[in-house]
Amino acid sequence: MSLLSVENLTVAYGAITALRNVSLVVDTKEIVTLIGANGAGKTTLLRTLSGLLQPSIGTIHFNGENLSGKSPHLIVRSGISCAPEGRGIFPNLSVEDNLELGAFIRKDSKGIQKDKDFAFTLFPILKERRRQWAGTLSGGEQQMLTISRALMARPKLLLLDEPSLGLAPQVMKQIFSVIQSINAEGTTILLVEQNANMALHIAHRAYVLETGRIVLTDKAQALLNHPDVKKAYLGT
Amino acid sequence: MEEFFQHLINGISIGSIYGLVAIGYTMVYGILNLINFAHGDIFMIGAFSGYFIARGLGADQAPSLFLALVVLILSMVVCGALGFTIERFAYRPLRAMPRLNLLITAIGVSLFLENGGQLFFGADPKFFPELIERQIYFQIGDIAISNYQVIVVGLSMTLMFLLQYIVFHTKTGKAMQAVSFSHETASLMGIDTNRIISFTFILGSMLAAAGGILVGLSYPRIDPLMGLLFGLKAFVAAVIGGIGSIPGAIAGAMLMGLSEEMVVGYFSSTYRDALAFFLLILVLLIKPTGIFGKKTAEKV
Repeated sequence: MSLLSVENLTVAYGAITALRNVSLVVDTKEIVTLIGANGAGKTTLLRTLSGLLQPSIGTIHFNGENLSGKSPHLIVRSGISCAPEGRGIFPNLSVEDNLELGAFIRKDSKGIQKDKDFAFTLFPILKERRRQWAGTLSGGEQQMLTISRALMARPKLLLLDEPSLGLAPQVMKQIFSVIQSINAEGTTILLVEQNANMALHIAHRAYVLETGRIVLTDKAQALLNHPDVKKAYLGT
Repeated sequence: MEEFFQHLINGISIGSIYGLVAIGYTMVYGILNLINFAHGDIFMIGAFSGYFIARGLGADQAPSLFLALVVLILSMVVCGALGFTIERFAYRPLRAMPRLNLLITAIGVSLFLENGGQLFFGADPKFFPELIERQIYFQIGDIAISNYQVIVVGLSMTLMFLLQYIVFHTKTGKAMQAVSFSHETASLMGIDTNRIISFTFILGSMLAAAGGILVGLSYPRIDPLMGLLFGLKAFVAAVIGGIGSIPGAIAGAMLMGLSEEMVVGYFSSTYRDALAFFLLILVLLIKPTGIFGKKTAEKV
């Protein structure tokens, strides 16, 4: 059985339908990526999975549990943690406070400390800046913080919304290699990306989203060589 | 010079009560972007519940520190419950609506409490019982400090420090800061935003209750409309300090209390109430975000 299975999901903002009949599965320990252009509905899907939006039709099952209608804070407790797009950090709190808020649902202070140290080994720069206000970090550092903070909840499934957005290529590479090592440690990842090339290189499987519908799905390696994907998303 | 010190002491004393009430405005604004117009009336309910609880316990007959504390704590509990109820049943159902609806509701709740108060408590002022025997604590030359002033300042400071500790050093406090930044992002951390909002209203209302009792003790006159002007002034103090900022609210309140006493002392008590609004206009002209306020870019 899959860790996450989404069936026939339709999500609308008022009269505008952003997702139509979307079905996808994510298995334990996979990196699955969802690629698509601006406005394809990628973020809408992640927001629905996090409970910030309610689907008009369709079901979401996670770890044997029906998530439909659950509030966001309970979904985090079920084991889904989201690193939101646009670096939703808390700018007036220190880096360390941000990480601790990521572990809000946990009570094991030793484990939290251990995970904080782990985050600092993933991104040493965060350790240097742990007492700084998060708002003073650079874009790349904020992205690192967002990912680390989402990990602090010890999720079974990590949702990443465009981690490459607005980053320098060097920083982007660093972040993607960390995503791979997080996955190697056993965390399942659903990665939403516009940068199809990077995403397909680290993912196991992929879905292509176009104007609210899933138009293609295959192994990531296969999609890298798919003529349509090449033409539309890889520019080769 | 002695006169100046006397005004200074009176100013700090009244300023710290403004501070207790201003914090409630600023916290609710920080977390919901709502000016809770009913907050001044919660302060009034605090004074009245103190009055009735004191009479019920017989604290007006036998002043004692212990009974005074019991009265204080029980009134804080009553107002905490009231604040929770107002948020839960009047504000929460409207949270997804435009902010103006919430604002109008807040005015409605305020009118409800004021007129309900007149109906149930009677419109005529009541004399707040002397919970602790009033005495001059010490006197230097012509400067007299009463034990009441020591209690007012001591209690306000203690409560404000406690609040600072809760907001800046506890997990719940950090969750409050997270929610005040963004409800959505906070909920992605697993924070139950509704609970944090309830908690904020409870805290603010408890502080307002303490303020109500201190005013009752200091002035001994309370009436159902007392929250109107006092609440407005505390709100102005919060704006002067930079609304949304807790240290700002305290600073604004002190400034308000001090300048009020100075104006009363050196000019005329006629200008006491005008001063608050004069200060408000001044701040809005010179630094609209207040002393501690941050500039916020409004997204268009």
